[in-house]
Amino acid sequence: MKLERRLLIEQGGRGHRGPELPACDVPERPLAELLPGVQLRDSLALPEVSEPEVVRHFIELSALNHHIDRGFYPLGSCTMKHNPKINDEIAALPGFALAHPLAGAAASQGALRVIAELEDVLAKITGFAAVTTQPAAGAQGEMTGLLMIRAHHRARGEGERRTRVIVPDSAHGTNPASVHLLGWETVTIPSEEHATVNLEALGRALDERTAAVMLTVPNTLGLFEPRILEVTRLAHQAGAQVYLDGANLNALVGLVRPGDLGFDLMHINVHKTFSTPHGGGGPGAGPVAVAKHLEPYLPVPVVRESGGRLALEFDRRESVGRVHSFHGNFGILVRALTYILSLGPEGLARTSRTAILNANYLMRRLASSYELPHAEHCMHEFVLSGRGLRKYGVKTLDVAKRLLDFGVHAPTVYFPLIVEEALMIEPTETETLDRLDHFAGAMERIAEEAREHPERLLDAPLTTPSRRLDEGRAARELKLRWAVPAASAPAREPAAQR
Amino acid sequence: MSFVGLSPEEERRMLDRIGVRAFEDLLESVPKSVRLARPPGVPGPLSEIELRRRFGAWAGSNDAATMPSFLGGGCYDHYIPAAVNALAGRSEFATAYTPYQPEVAQGTLTAIFEFQSMIAELTGTEVANASMYDGATATVEAALLARHQTGRARVVIAGALHPHTAAVLRTYLDGRDLTAVADRGGQCAPEDLQSVLGDDVACVIYQSPNFFGLIEGAPAIHQLAHAAGALVVAVSDPIALALLEPPGRPQGGSAGADLVVGEGQPLGNAPSFGGPALGFFACRQSLVRRMPGRLAAETVDRDGKRGFVLTLQTREQHIRREKATSNICTNQGLLALRATIYMGLLGRLGMRDVAELCVRKSHHAATLAAAIPGYRRAHDGAFFREFVLECPVEAAAVVRAGRERGLQPGVDLGLFHAEWKRWLLVAVTEQRSADEITRWAEVLKAAGGAR
Repeated sequence: MKLERRLLIEQGGRGHRGPELPACDVPERPLAELLPGVQLRDSLALPEVSEPEVVRHFIELSALNHHIDRGFYPLGSCTMKHNPKINDEIAALPGFALAHPLAGAAASQGALRVIAELEDVLAKITGFAAVTTQPAAGAQGEMTGLLMIRAHHRARGEGERRTRVIVPDSAHGTNPASVHLLGWETVTIPSEEHATVNLEALGRALDERTAAVMLTVPNTLGLFEPRILEVTRLAHQAGAQVYLDGANLNALVGLVRPGDLGFDLMHINVHKTFSTPHGGGGPGAGPVAVAKHLEPYLPVPVVRESGGRLALEFDRRESVGRVHSFHGNFGILVRALTYILSLGPEGLARTSRTAILNANYLMRRLASSYELPHAEHCMHEFVLSGRGLRKYGVKTLDVAKRLLDFGVHAPTVYFPLIVEEALMIEPTETETLDRLDHFAGAMERIAEEAREHPERLLDAPLTTPSRRLDEGRAARELKLRWAVPAASAPAREPAAQR
Repeated sequence: MSFVGLSPEEERRMLDRIGVRAFEDLLESVPKSVRLARPPGVPGPLSEIELRRRFGAWAGSNDAATMPSFLGGGCYDHYIPAAVNALAGRSEFATAYTPYQPEVAQGTLTAIFEFQSMIAELTGTEVANASMYDGATATVEAALLARHQTGRARVVIAGALHPHTAAVLRTYLDGRDLTAVADRGGQCAPEDLQSVLGDDVACVIYQSPNFFGLIEGAPAIHQLAHAAGALVVAVSDPIALALLEPPGRPQGGSAGADLVVGEGQPLGNAPSFGGPALGFFACRQSLVRRMPGRLAAETVDRDGKRGFVLTLQTREQHIRREKATSNICTNQGLLALRATIYMGLLGRLGMRDVAELCVRKSHHAATLAAAIPGYRRAHDGAFFREFVLECPVEAAAVVRAGRERGLQPGVDLGLFHAEWKRWLLVAVTEQRSADEITRWAEVLKAAGGAR
């Protein structure tokens, strides 16, 4: 019989404890004397568990996760590539890990050097004039970019008027959400039959109220926008700025520079393109690269070099201001720079080439068992539709759940919204041919099962740590924290008795 | 170096299967004029040995590599138990994505649920989310929530809020409808707060322990804000919360704060030059549907077994798009996990010990400093882990003297405001030994004598 899995609060017991702290080596004056008039808490219902049991708890939890070091993870638009181990070791060097953000420039030259170097290589890779590494995530990069666009229009006396952002219907949900955060309005334009930008619709939507056009290239179907130069030209003619959602940069590195496509700025998801671990949902980082005319608006602080010494510049009159408590997600930036330098120019180009090759190979293999709504060559990802399986009573969600039984993660499902029953697949460059073949084999077998044994899909997954979970019940009951077992009801705290 | 495992022969087979002659045929939709003839000239490739050499030199040049730290101001040098690194470093946690398929993500989801539970307990609130980017953006999101909830626009900052948090608020709120009530002697004076409150105020934001380390009089602030119909946003510190009455609970005859947010870095996360950090966000249950970010909830699977899922995703951007409660689509998963392990390891007793050691050691340091001619505390109020020293010389000179003697004596507040240039913000955590504190006092003496 297996011991039932328990939460931390359900383990241990009164007085159990983990690592000890050193005895107090300064005079032990009563707390009431040190903190006069301050009310101390009389209960703190946190777990009381020994170190071995805490370790077992988290090891047991860890075994329940799928992760890229275990197997294939083809989540479209998420770029689940290998996370090189050297990156983590470099970020953990004490000089980086213990660096304090307010130590001052003289004490932090090494940390500032990392930021300056990363800004430089990101500018080179993207073809832009300047980079800020402040934003903590792609979505914050988007918001920072829009703030810079607003500053640009304000400087030209058009700030009041230009408050609309044109977004194609294939865009990531963050785009309209970021626009809304500024109090601006999103104008959604329909895509063409081939999911690329409809130039006529764009032309109609552009006017003197347009602040920006936000695009994802390649788009969320994995297709490069063939008329991108025309798109950016039209937008600029109307006085708009053109923002690139850099989620799909893994298709372009070393092959095309977004700055050459007419974009004015973009964010970069270093946790996608530049291999930093996703961490179960973060932290990532979302640096923003901008063309020369937007440089004055970069958020503060900005790293500047003079006479070989690096310093942080805070006082920048036209800056949009500060977006992070300190200097962005430095520990993630260290990893990204380590990755880029480990690859070098040719390695970076090979990364994108292989990402594109892997995606096209999988797409052609799967086109016979699933619908492929757009048959052009793709870039680093592609979208299939599971609508052909509906006649067997099977949905895309069931395909996704069944895939888990084959030891691979499901693709992104039901996105982009413009494809019915969408399965969005991004293999990345770090998968080998036999892994791709295994995944394709599993997908083919599932398509077969849908015809012959649809119940297997409806029951799936069968071999995972949990079966399908009741999300409706979770939302109805809204149990968002544990219940403290009566046996460990909070006692009066020791210090309160002193 | 390369992380690709394909031979030229395999690539050939793949191209054949695709039905093209050469890789370039796949790029037919990319205009020829923008294709790069050669990749951008970044440095590299570097082997692991060369990477260690290059980055090792950079890391080694930071003072933090060798010098004990008395630096704080929102980022603290607390001890990280070995088990935190050993567990959180595991691939199973570090290389997983957001738990979109809960059947193969129960590790991440359970840990988030435990994180939410412990943050709610620490803050004295009913519910906490899965975390935010950092303390500053958590504060911003609290202000935005308060605006939506109350339908009012004005956001009031009461007293010594971290200047960077105030700056991020100004950025996000576009400087509009933001009123800062200056501190008096380092703390918020209720009469000053009273004078700016009105029926246009969405929330009052205060920090305790505040930027100067001082503990604010929470009940008076809560009472005034609530009387004006505003929500209360308390910005707090998770180590202090192990000892102090939490702001989410009613106290002194006043109701608790409606939202409690802050920076969770002290819970098992390295300073790392200020990021990645860990914003925590907790509130009353009645505000949960307006909450930004991710939430894990308990449920059961088809076999009736307990499990956890992300819930209320209809608030989130990937479904609601422009109607989402926020544009945030991540949490700080790995940092929240580290905080969860940290709180689990230290537990009820250890968390309290850390907090008490911080109080005793910081007060010991303040006592030593007060005995050195020319130094005095800049404020009178009770403080938790850090305090401001007014120096007989510029704080920058004290920092330089510290570096010469191999320690980082504090934050030069002149970096924030010219009028604070003689103020040194000193934080003393459980990591600092009595010997190190003595050495620190000697630095003050030496620097003061150089007047």
